[in-house]
Amino acid sequence: MKYLTEFRNGEIAQRMAREIRQIATRPWKIMEVCGGQTHSIIKNGIDQMLPATIEMIHGPGCPVCVTPLELIDKALAIAAQPGVMFCSFGDMLRVPGTEADLFQVKGAGGDVRVVYSPLDAVELAVRNPDKQVVFFGVGFETTAPANAMSAHLAKRRGLKNFSLLVSHVLVPPAIEAIMGSPGNQVQGFLLAGHVCSVMGYWEYPPLAEKYGIPLVVTGFEPLDLLDGIRRCVMQLEAGRHEVENAYERIVTFDGNQAAQKLLAEVFEVTDRAWRGIGVISKSGWRLSEAYRAFDAEERFHITGIHTEESPLCRSGDVLRGAIKPAQCAAFGKECTPRHPLGATMVSSEGACAAYYNYGRFLSAEELAGAGAALTGAGHD
Amino acid sequence: MTENDGTPDFSNWSCPLPLADYPTIVMGHGGGGKLGNELVEHLFLPAFRNPALENLGDAAVLDLGSGRLAMSTDSFVVQPLFFPGGSIGELAVNGTVNDLAVSGAEPKYLSASFILEEGFPLSRLAAIVEAMAEAAATAGVRIVTGDTKVVEHGHGDGCYINTAGIGVLRQGIVVGPHRAQPGDAVLVSGTIGDHGMAIMSVREGLEFESPIRSDCAALNGLIAEVLEAAGDAVHAMRDPTRGGLASTLNEIAQASGVGIEIDEPSLPVRAEVQSACDLLGLDPVYVANEGKAVFFVAPEAVPAVLRILRAHPLGRDAARIGQVTAQHKGMLVARTGMGANRVIPTQIGEQLPRIC
Repeated sequence: MKYLTEFRNGEIAQRMAREIRQIATRPWKIMEVCGGQTHSIIKNGIDQMLPATIEMIHGPGCPVCVTPLELIDKALAIAAQPGVMFCSFGDMLRVPGTEADLFQVKGAGGDVRVVYSPLDAVELAVRNPDKQVVFFGVGFETTAPANAMSAHLAKRRGLKNFSLLVSHVLVPPAIEAIMGSPGNQVQGFLLAGHVCSVMGYWEYPPLAEKYGIPLVVTGFEPLDLLDGIRRCVMQLEAGRHEVENAYERIVTFDGNQAAQKLLAEVFEVTDRAWRGIGVISKSGWRLSEAYRAFDAEERFHITGIHTEESPLCRSGDVLRGAIKPAQCAAFGKECTPRHPLGATMVSSEGACAAYYNYGRFLSAEELAGAGAALTGAGHD
Repeated sequence: MTENDGTPDFSNWSCPLPLADYPTIVMGHGGGGKLGNELVEHLFLPAFRNPALENLGDAAVLDLGSGRLAMSTDSFVVQPLFFPGGSIGELAVNGTVNDLAVSGAEPKYLSASFILEEGFPLSRLAAIVEAMAEAAATAGVRIVTGDTKVVEHGHGDGCYINTAGIGVLRQGIVVGPHRAQPGDAVLVSGTIGDHGMAIMSVREGLEFESPIRSDCAALNGLIAEVLEAAGDAVHAMRDPTRGGLASTLNEIAQASGVGIEIDEPSLPVRAEVQSACDLLGLDPVYVANEGKAVFFVAPEAVPAVLRILRAHPLGRDAARIGQVTAQHKGMLVARTGMGANRVIPTQIGEQLPRIC
């Protein structure tokens, strides 16, 4: 298990943090794109190790958080239908729709299942020919190849009882939207390592050029994140704006070509609404014409969806990096993981939930006090 | 403290979408997290309130005049019924034995009730019963009463088991979740997360070079040795089952009105368990154990208790993982491997695997 411990070494992390403190002479705002990176930063306390001048802005890369409310409501309506087996990744189950969540649909008798791979849902369809099996295909480019493969297999096997409820979103248009938004403060990006493991990073040099920003492909372990931040700060300090790969053990420039070929066959680019942000043009994938028969939205004609977001929720501002979670008036009061008002409080990758769960509502002094007495533990 | 002392107050809740107040039972009510705690505190406790129940310990302590008894009960609904390292049979015996043992009692007698589904193979039931008999013999307890019910096909999941147990409390030993004190050291008897990940790997078809085995074991022997040596220096004990180490430590922090600090790198976690957790996006501190105990011990007794634990086959990987503080009352705070701090809260319901 060397690959784990190697990238979680506290001493090396401290050394890298010191190096970042040495090279950072000015304040910089860097956005980590991916929700998995946000989770890791907060869980490990990476942000606490950085100089006060380096601010991490948490990006919109949590697939659970940006899936539009309307689609959640559609999912709930489909999952509640008799004869449907509704399959989803685990953390979609607690996302509040307008009136319920998938847990409640399950509790009321809906056949809702957590699967780890959409291919398991295809197997369920094969074994249950009398059921309509629907997979909730959300996520960025990372989860897309497996979702595409499930549609591909279903088509090859001629399955009539398998469909996908698709809400795929794409990273490059989101970066464009953030850079083009009024009042944008982001000066550099940590690109989502696992998105790039699929797509490579050939899409990004034009963005670096157009906006004059450094983009660093970054992983998820503490040392990966510190290395990504270090390289980004070095570029900013030197006035460079290049695409750099700090996740070489996983990511190549071209990415996974077999996956990209399959994605091009199964999906086509479409405009997509991002929860809390709005419609971003050409920012998502839907099933292509050849696979339209497997589109759950076509198979189940769900109408009459009327969505209503909480007026208190500022998840859009959080997702755009305009405010930190604790700056929302509802944070930790009306809105907690127990009673989420918006999706960013639901998923463990959501910035609000990460802040709440890891105690970022405590003051710095309280947290520092909490750790002060700890030095004796673990050395008996 | 800012707005919040770690036990969020929902009394002034004014959400336009009152969603999470589930009007029906959801799986999370059985997940060892907040939803389950609320069921106990808002429904069961008010309905049944009495001094023996109020402590909400793993077992109730009953004073019968001639001596003190401990009583506990637990139901077992695990799937799959057989898994690497054990079966529902061992779990049903060891679970109740451990609940008695961590209450400071010597477990003596168990009951066993079976709810069986029509069509369940008798050979499987026989294997389960054999496992129970063996576990009872190992733990030194007797199964003295029982019951069997059969439900129609489709109304059960093969085999559910309930066990209840009675134990005799040792003279002069008073342990309980409300007795942890600032300065106490927190010790754990071995690696965490083994049972939950053993079950999860079977369910999800994860394969490792050596399969993850459940740690299912009776802890009464180990605990007896600790109590004999350290006596009243042991303030609280708990077996961190559902909801894992994090839920157990949060419960004790809240019951005792103290803060608990743990040093994350000192947590004993098997590499394959950590790996499986990383793969599924889970945190081992929330994963169930079935053969581990957490001890809150006065600092001067720590070396002796660790020595005893490590000399016992079930305590070889015992470690000191943290301590009790008078600060941040009711909360569990971890020092991360990076030297930063984070709060580890009680989960709301089940821990959900992350999307990617």
